[in-house]
Amino acid sequence: MTRLLNRRPGRAGALVLGVLPLALLAVAYLIGSDARLAANPNDKLLPSLATLVDTTLRLATQPDARSGDVLLWTDTAASLQRLAWGVGVSAVLGFAVGVAMGLVPLVRATLAPLVAVLSMIPPLALLPILFIVLGLGELSKIVLIGFGVAPFLMRDLAQRAAEIPREQLIKAQTLGANTWQIALRVVIPQTLPALVHGLRLTLGPAWLFLIAAEAIAATDGLGYRIFLVRRYMAMDVILPYVAWITLLAYAMDRTLAALARRWFPWVEDHSA
Amino acid sequence: MNRLTTLLLAALLTVGLVGPVQAEPKKDFRIAWSIYVGWMPWGHAADAGIVKKWADKYGIGIDVVQINDYVESINQYTAGAFDGCVMTNMDALTIPAAGGVDSTALIVGDFSNGNDGVVLKGATDLKAIKGRKVNLVELSVSHYLLARGLESVGLSERDITVVNTGDADIVAAAAAPEVDAIVTWNPQLAEVKALPGASLVFDSADIPGEIIDLLVVNSATLAANPALGKALTGAWYETLALMAAQDAAGKAAREAMAKASGTDLAGFESQLATTQMFYTPPEAVAFSRDPALLRTMDYVRTFSFAHGLLGEGARSADAVGIAFPGGKTLGDAGNVKLRFDDSYMKMAADGAL
Repeated sequence: MTRLLNRRPGRAGALVLGVLPLALLAVAYLIGSDARLAANPNDKLLPSLATLVDTTLRLATQPDARSGDVLLWTDTAASLQRLAWGVGVSAVLGFAVGVAMGLVPLVRATLAPLVAVLSMIPPLALLPILFIVLGLGELSKIVLIGFGVAPFLMRDLAQRAAEIPREQLIKAQTLGANTWQIALRVVIPQTLPALVHGLRLTLGPAWLFLIAAEAIAATDGLGYRIFLVRRYMAMDVILPYVAWITLLAYAMDRTLAALARRWFPWVEDHSA
Repeated sequence: MNRLTTLLLAALLTVGLVGPVQAEPKKDFRIAWSIYVGWMPWGHAADAGIVKKWADKYGIGIDVVQINDYVESINQYTAGAFDGCVMTNMDALTIPAAGGVDSTALIVGDFSNGNDGVVLKGATDLKAIKGRKVNLVELSVSHYLLARGLESVGLSERDITVVNTGDADIVAAAAAPEVDAIVTWNPQLAEVKALPGASLVFDSADIPGEIIDLLVVNSATLAANPALGKALTGAWYETLALMAAQDAAGKAAREAMAKASGTDLAGFESQLATTQMFYTPPEAVAFSRDPALLRTMDYVRTFSFAHGLLGEGARSADAVGIAFPGGKTLGDAGNVKLRFDDSYMKMAADGAL
């Protein structure tokens, strides 16, 4: 007897099944949008497909009447810059501190409790303090992302470095390597893939902190625009922006996965 | 097949949730309000049973719901989740009316007479704002107040940079050393202007009658259910009479409102001092019939259009029509979506409720 758990879809079947929920959602949206627009042609809650496309084209191609900027691109550039700084600094810090903690017991004893405590602080709770101490500019937004991402990376990488078999470290020492050489030649090549993997996992939170910071005080950015136009319910701007953010995040995730496959072919599981 | 039915069900549910809003004769109504000095009477009217008393009189049910986020309450009203909502004149024009929801300003409750203000650090003249970064809730009445202030000293928005800052965070932001220009409203305004070196350089008392606090209801619902308008107006003026009374009951009502807004009697009364409440219906009727209201709404719609708040379809400030008592209109008379209607307040004035 064929059991349900043994039935596998073919390639085409998997594709159809995967697209089906998305298509149904789209259809549900279109039916809802049609019904609301029939009752009120100016309804802003569920704009029609044509309005969405129009607004997206306008945002992406025409300069804004007030600032003269093409909004989608200036917002994207501003947000990506903040994200790159926040995630970049977190990656460097997370990797350096994490590997040191995993490899050197003295460093671990000194820093592990601090990092554990820091990682428990909900970053958003710090936001008012960051504003007062660092001001409302770019720095507080980048530090917020750092607070959300770096402690996680430190703990993750410390764990990965500590998991390296003791035998390898002993072998390297019998061959005359010092701590620095062991870090460089034995530990770092094995933890770099973990860093890329960790970065992929932290992209979600990093975006969350970025949007949160931009929602509270900003003059540009993807999160800023969404929270600004929320004031007058411009769903025709919000929906394309959400789709765009999703696309950007997805592209980053895929890029990191591809880079990991290329740079670290010796790692079996890239959990594509 | 099972999977498909589940998904179909989910899809149908989604459609059902976002289905069209229709005005039908009905018995039960929902009104949204949020914390602000001029709207505290709604909370008290609900708590003290005044709303229920008036609803019973007209054989209907009215649920008065407090919403913690002001903009969210307007959005919910615009989406059709509420039959009425408190909001300012500018938000009534730019959110429901611009969104095609025909809305009626049933009660003109008060206008801000110093509750909204521009604060500068290290300067006592509004002109010093030139070249500064100004922190405020962008596209709100604060933004409007700033625009009117800049106009009064011959500056424009090009002379400054606007930084959108959430109202919940504006006090913390104002404390940051590099922030030196803030526009906000009470109770935050009181905190901000008390900061060292800060001075209030322009406030809504300089543009009296332009930032108006309203109770707005869906026009179609009101037309089909005049009882709703009567019950709400009756409950409002009974509560205001109680609030204005200089006796023990009046003091108790004001104390309850103060407590509900998170302050004490003294704090609440200092906010009332910068709010021009219309305690009696004749005052509100006179204000609604004053030609000055047309001039105000003309400023407001011009500002709103210039900032893109009238929506995609708007080609000019005339796109959304506004109607006033006595048959006067502004803008497209064929697309009137915001109506100032004094007929229920007039009934209250005539004792006809």
